[in-house]
Amino acid sequence: MEETAHTEHVHYDAEASKIGMWLFIFTELLLFGGLFIIYSVYRFKNPEAFHLAATELNTTIGALNTVLLLISSMTIAMSTTTLQLKKKGATLGLLVITCVIGVVFLVNKYFEWGVKFDHGIWPGSEHLLNDFSQGEILFFGLYFVMTGLHALHIIIGLIIIVVAVWRVQKGTIHENRPSLLENAGLYWHLVDLIWIFLFPLFYLIT
Amino acid sequence: MQTGHSANEANYLTYKGKYKGLLGWIFSTDHKRIGLLYLYSIMTMFSVGVLLGLAMKFELLAPGKTIMAAQTYNAAFTVHGVIMIFMVVIPGLPAVFGNIMLPIMIGAKDVAFPKLNLLSWWLYVLGVMLVLSALLFGNGAPDTGWTFYAPYSFKSGTNLLPAVFGAFVLGFSSILTGLNFLVTIHRLRCPGMKWTKLPLFVWTLYGTAWIQLLATPVIGITLVLVALERVFGIGVFDPALGGDPVLYQHLFWIYSHPAVYVMILPAMGAISEIIPTFSQKQIFGYKAIIASTMAIAFVGYLVWGHHMFTAGMSGTAQYYFSLLTFIVAIPSAIKVFNWISTMYKGSINVQTPLYWAASFIFVFLIGGLSGLVLGALATDIYVHDTAFVVAHFHYIVFGGTGFAFFAAMHYWFPKIYGRMYDKGWANTGWLVFFIGFLALYTPMFYLGMMGMPRRYYDYLDEFHGGNILSTFGSWIMVTGLIIIITNLVRSARKGEPTGMNPWHSKTLEWTVTSPPPVENFDELPIIGKDDGPYNYK
Repeated sequence: MEETAHTEHVHYDAEASKIGMWLFIFTELLLFGGLFIIYSVYRFKNPEAFHLAATELNTTIGALNTVLLLISSMTIAMSTTTLQLKKKGATLGLLVITCVIGVVFLVNKYFEWGVKFDHGIWPGSEHLLNDFSQGEILFFGLYFVMTGLHALHIIIGLIIIVVAVWRVQKGTIHENRPSLLENAGLYWHLVDLIWIFLFPLFYLIT
Repeated sequence: MQTGHSANEANYLTYKGKYKGLLGWIFSTDHKRIGLLYLYSIMTMFSVGVLLGLAMKFELLAPGKTIMAAQTYNAAFTVHGVIMIFMVVIPGLPAVFGNIMLPIMIGAKDVAFPKLNLLSWWLYVLGVMLVLSALLFGNGAPDTGWTFYAPYSFKSGTNLLPAVFGAFVLGFSSILTGLNFLVTIHRLRCPGMKWTKLPLFVWTLYGTAWIQLLATPVIGITLVLVALERVFGIGVFDPALGGDPVLYQHLFWIYSHPAVYVMILPAMGAISEIIPTFSQKQIFGYKAIIASTMAIAFVGYLVWGHHMFTAGMSGTAQYYFSLLTFIVAIPSAIKVFNWISTMYKGSINVQTPLYWAASFIFVFLIGGLSGLVLGALATDIYVHDTAFVVAHFHYIVFGGTGFAFFAAMHYWFPKIYGRMYDKGWANTGWLVFFIGFLALYTPMFYLGMMGMPRRYYDYLDEFHGGNILSTFGSWIMVTGLIIIITNLVRSARKGEPTGMNPWHSKTLEWTVTSPPPVENFDELPIIGKDDGPYNYK
């Protein structure tokens, strides 16, 4: 353990904000962890119903969204590198690309959910309650909750990135004070990572 | 951010910042001011909780309806539980004394993220408002018990949504406090403050912070699911749709059992500061206390199933949870031995905080041992859901955390306000409170063993005697509380000014003036090789 003397009144501790962000990421993982536990329990109890219900989902859109998020993770990682290299323009450009990809992800999600709604499938809908088995009801319940909560995280991530864009533009994020951008990147990777688990669990295991 | 170079002309209570008056408090990022904000808001909610408890005890004065009928009684114990658990004992010691003392004890000027610290208080207030709004609007106060058990939590017609959401927000506030403390302890220790030189209160806050951080999100998502279940009917906890209510109980207790250690660990930490100070002696087994703190924090995660022995679980799981429950008792017992051994051959200075600490050990011992009765499978079947359980957890949560809270209050009071309370009244208050506490909860052990179920507004005639004693006890206890709080409130303004270190303690917070200056230290202290938090001669 290293000892650090803090003699300045207004101190900037990049290490502290990094630790703080990682701790926050732990809490996010546990938040989704609760949902993953519930998913595993019900999948174990209703293997066939989960299999049937999964075939209703559109694997193509799911795969497309996966690729999109992976690319956006790459662009935001690149933006932290360009910040270190003092290329402000490139940093801003990469962040804007990340944002655009995030929005495209949400648009895809919107259409995906829209199709389900058109088919009369939403939590508590009559069609779902009357014509589906209990296992399928649970599958769709979890599908909407987990992808919905994930979409909420995408939106929060986008807001953070927009703040980062603004701060880079203003000059309060720069190569010597990269914490906010780095933390935005960490958060975005987390959101990406959760999707990497959601995608096979809902779309691929049929 | 403070900008002054030497801000030490005024102490933290009197300095003028950017805002004046009340705004200077509710927008202050000073950890000590935030700690006091927590103290006042928690004491306000504590008073509400006490009044509800008093009303429930009055209802139980005689069989049949005394002052309220079943539905009101159900709402009373629900709101009492939600307030006391989520708003009082969970934030209690960490958010009040942790906030005020932690940075000073490790030789720092503030916590790592002062603005986040203020945000967590604001979230606390928001959570409180949400829960209270459930009482004022909608179809009556929640009546599920503080545990929000499925499926009743989404079938009940009462106004549960704001209460559930409020508990979620309070959890978020607790997470942020934990996160802040973890980073603070890792990054802001002053030069020479090695891990083995940290005061034990700091160590217990460290263990607590990990629990707050890693357990709270689970109840967060569980409460979100209950809310979604209520609004949309997603099915995950609804047996009619294939969901499993027992799964709810698992998820709930995966958080709520570790939360018990969020309540008790900092309490143990405060006691570990008080006992060596008033024995003027090195704490016995410093490292053993640290190890047992971390052991409790870890094993505490693995025992949640003992809340569900009768809810339907396999025999193997029951053995496992029962065994681990017994194991978690070991580190708690280690601490009790350490405290007693510290006092042995010490120069005991009998003061109010020591009375509280000693009575803490007494009630904690009874609470802990009765917990083993509940952790053993056979006896649990017999006494589960009886008044015995209520007696047990009030002995631990109120007797443990509550007594330690008042111990800490009387210990750090001269530091926080720079004034001493009237010791005579403080001791009287403690004695009345202690007698009332014993009279209130001890009969409930007996009533529970005789078979009186909990959570009913009514009971059979044969339980009348014990209940009368218990209700009388509640009046005595509240009398004690009034004496204690009146004395403290009065002394905060009019008490005798006290010096830097009235108790001759060795930890860092006693090396700064009372009340502490705005940024605690002009120059950061340096801990030498031979210094230590308990180096008494």
